Amino acid sequence: MIKTIKADKITQVVADLCVKANCVLRSDVLRKLKAAYKQEKNIRAKKALEAIIKNAGIAQKEKLAICQDTGLPIVFIELGQDVRIIGDLKKAVMRGIELGYKKGNFRESIIRDPLKRGKPLYKGTIIHADIVRGSKLKITVLPKGFGCENKSQLKMFNPTASLDEIKKFVVDVVRSSGPDACPPYVVGVGIGGAADYAGFLAKRALLKGINSGHQKGLSPKGTVPELERELLFEINKLHIGPMGLGGKTTALAVNIENYPTHIAGLPVAVNINCHALRSASVRL
Amino acid sequence: MKKITTPLKEADILSLRMGDEVLLSGEIYTARDQAHKRLVEAVKGRKRLPIDLRSAIIYYCGPAKTPKGKIIGSCGPTTSRRMDIFTPLLLKKGLKGMIGKGTRSKEVRQAIRKYKAVYFLAPAGCGALISKYVKALKVIAYQDLGPESITRLKVKDFPLIVGIDAKGGSIYG
Repeated sequence: MIKTIKADKITQVVADLCVKANCVLRSDVLRKLKAAYKQEKNIRAKKALEAIIKNAGIAQKEKLAICQDTGLPIVFIELGQDVRIIGDLKKAVMRGIELGYKKGNFRESIIRDPLKRGKPLYKGTIIHADIVRGSKLKITVLPKGFGCENKSQLKMFNPTASLDEIKKFVVDVVRSSGPDACPPYVVGVGIGGAADYAGFLAKRALLKGINSGHQKGLSPKGTVPELERELLFEINKLHIGPMGLGGKTTALAVNIENYPTHIAGLPVAVNINCHALRSASVRL
Repeated sequence: MKKITTPLKEADILSLRMGDEVLLSGEIYTARDQAHKRLVEAVKGRKRLPIDLRSAIIYYCGPAKTPKGKIIGSCGPTTSRRMDIFTPLLLKKGLKGMIGKGTRSKEVRQAIRKYKAVYFLAPAGCGALISKYVKALKVIAYQDLGPESITRLKVKDFPLIVGIDAKGGSIYG
């Protein structure tokens, strides 16, 4: 059955998602922060986590941005093949972002020309669209702060590289991020595809729930959940800690997505996200 | 917890050690990447600066827009590292304090020691919380830069941690 959705409706929906994502911390992230607060013994780490949790409360209650860097908004669209849009979908999304950011009094952080720079505006959303089966339209807004985006990296491994080499790379990216990009981090990892697609996968991995598959013993060796768990353990041994002041919590989660790749290659991308991992979705 | 007020006095600066927790009250200036670039160009071109750097504190921050009925929007620190290439010259010109997040370069650490200044850490990623310590905001210069313009903030009991002290001691080792 064909479903029709008006572009104007999409604009409204996207605007609302912007406000929600930027002002209401994701419940899985908040839960994990609270759990980390309980576990931390290091007094500075505990205080830093306390401030982070308090900040989320104030932001939600007073409709303030969780962080002034409301980021470069990344929009993920899953368009069901049986959905028909009345109007201009792309423009509707762009307008929704502008409207939402204006409504939320969020910062204009986007430079039109990356070389000439100039005054920042709201225009410049990145849209990742995918076509899926069915008659639903799913839209996700991920406001990506750039303090952490700046720490992200891509490495094109040889296809014969060992799992240990890949793990070392991921841990090294977190190590080199150090205290600068607002730890505790959520680490998105994209394995496979091509140079561009690995980067995309690493970012999309941030959308996965941050508690998925981290329990010990639940997943067989060599699988993604096992690798996520091992990496999280290794990363937390770095003791960078909240605000970089030491402690057990250097990362809240490691999320991996993989995809088929070429016999000659093994792209691995790491996308670093700060503790304020923000996103909101809706399914129409 | 030490209470400190602006303008920073030498005795206060020298009494601070890395790791100390401080409540800062008084006036500070926001400035980030593009404002730093302009300030340094102005110094090098022997032009008049829009702010008096002597004894001043710069907060690496580009606040969100101010919602109706509020003094300021979310206003947490940005990554200090990016300002490192500009900082030694500003310290030479009298800057005494910086507020940001994360590590600094060796050059900045040496300059902090040489010019007896201090680098503070603000609660990173806590812009909504920090907005509660801001009592006034005024745009001072480079308005064309939007959120990157220089503003003067009046803060009350802004909770900070000494990241690098005047002896060059750093909380990050």
